[in-house]
Amino acid sequence: MAHYDFNMPVSEQQTRQLKVNDTVTLNGTLFGIRDATQIHMFDRGRKTRFDMHGHAVIHTAPNVKKVEKSNTYPAGYAQICIGTTTSARMERFTQPLMREYGVRIVIGKGGLFAASQAAFQEMGGVYLAIIGGAAALETTWVEQIEDVDLDDLNPESLWKFRVKGFGPLLVAMDCHGGNLYTRVNAAARDKRAAALAALGVKGD
Amino acid sequence: MKVDLKQVEEACKELYIRALKILPPDIKEGFQRIDKSETDATAKAVLGTMIRNIRVAEDTENLLCQDTGIPIYNITIGANVEVDGYRLKQSIIKGCERATREHPLRSSVVHPTTRKNEHTSCGRAVPVIHIDFVPEADMLSIEMIPKGSGSENNSWLKMAVPADGIDAVKTFVVDCVLDAGGKTCPPTIVGVGVGGTADLCVHLSKVAATRPLGSQCDDPEGARLEAELTKAVNQLGVGPQGLGGDSTSFAVHVETAATHITMNPVAVNMQCHSARRARATFTPRGLEYGF
Repeated sequence: MAHYDFNMPVSEQQTRQLKVNDTVTLNGTLFGIRDATQIHMFDRGRKTRFDMHGHAVIHTAPNVKKVEKSNTYPAGYAQICIGTTTSARMERFTQPLMREYGVRIVIGKGGLFAASQAAFQEMGGVYLAIIGGAAALETTWVEQIEDVDLDDLNPESLWKFRVKGFGPLLVAMDCHGGNLYTRVNAAARDKRAAALAALGVKGD
Repeated sequence: MKVDLKQVEEACKELYIRALKILPPDIKEGFQRIDKSETDATAKAVLGTMIRNIRVAEDTENLLCQDTGIPIYNITIGANVEVDGYRLKQSIIKGCERATREHPLRSSVVHPTTRKNEHTSCGRAVPVIHIDFVPEADMLSIEMIPKGSGSENNSWLKMAVPADGIDAVKTFVVDCVLDAGGKTCPPTIVGVGVGGTADLCVHLSKVAATRPLGSQCDDPEGARLEAELTKAVNQLGVGPQGLGGDSTSFAVHVETAATHITMNPVAVNMQCHSARRARATFTPRGLEYGF
């Protein structure tokens, strides 16, 4: 188990060295992306002006406040609360995010599935687990909302955050086939029979 | 007792914001309890971060979680309360809208097919409003629950048959916890509805999921199921965030209702670890906030 500090963007070599149970802290740019953002990007043919090559995306739709544009708030938004949503709903977007936009890291909670795992293996990506529901803490790691695109989808816009000390995040899926969720899930299913027996369930 | 509806509107605004920022004491105690008994190192670290987040939210007066949820208002009205029911509902909706605009909060509510967000946290039939009546004479209470989608997306109903018996209920609950894995933001409160009609069964599962920790089903059959199921689901090792560990659920809560001779329905609804709720109580002494 090793710890890495990444200044974004990162190279494929940097993400390929990561293994399940390593930890990573991010600095610099982080893109916020969500269900509607990706439905519009991949099902409705919309494009973003952001260059996401080598970058990380986080599954989020933040609480923000509209303010006057200034040096402190270049996008005209002040962050209120930025946290992370369940990744599972966005499984089918991992591959196009990596292939079409060069995204290398997906941050979320609850894990992704086989198609994402295959994309990570093929293109050298990773899934970093953040603690869901710990948004007040996560917000303290976000310095600024630098920019925003596809903002008609607000709050599911494509957000460009500047982060500092964003983590430590746990490598939960790596590009070598390592997957903490399937490991935990398989172990839990192995305990199903014992749990039902303890409940006195007969003949399941 | 007469209730000032302007005050109700104000309270409904305040309640939404309070619920999002301050975790009830029973949930905080629940965290202390499971943190003490957890043996897995990763799970310990995850719980530590969650506990730290509760403190940061209070220190920075920020929201515990970014998910402002679907707003639910549960109203309880005492026998001697005089209130215009229609205007009461309007005041609740107004308060909910104002919280969203004035704080501001992320409106997480959209039309189900157009997906249009009015940025008010309101829409057709939302906020969800439940009204019930109790004998205590001079009392009106409003419980506010921002129900997050991570947990709400993990909701199930099974219309089992009488021949499957209580074993069907127990097996279903265990399988739902396995299916949910880390998606519900465990440690969860697993709410189980047993009996009733299909819709009542699902409703009961939500009542169970949002009941305070430490409370018990007032049907002894339900209470016995709670104890057995709490033990069983925590045997599975799903753990906080689905990353493994002993602490899969704070508790399994059960609510029961009579059902049809041909029916054996069971529903599961989950509450995430950010088990938020807030309460305002109007009495002749005035307005009091709590949980």
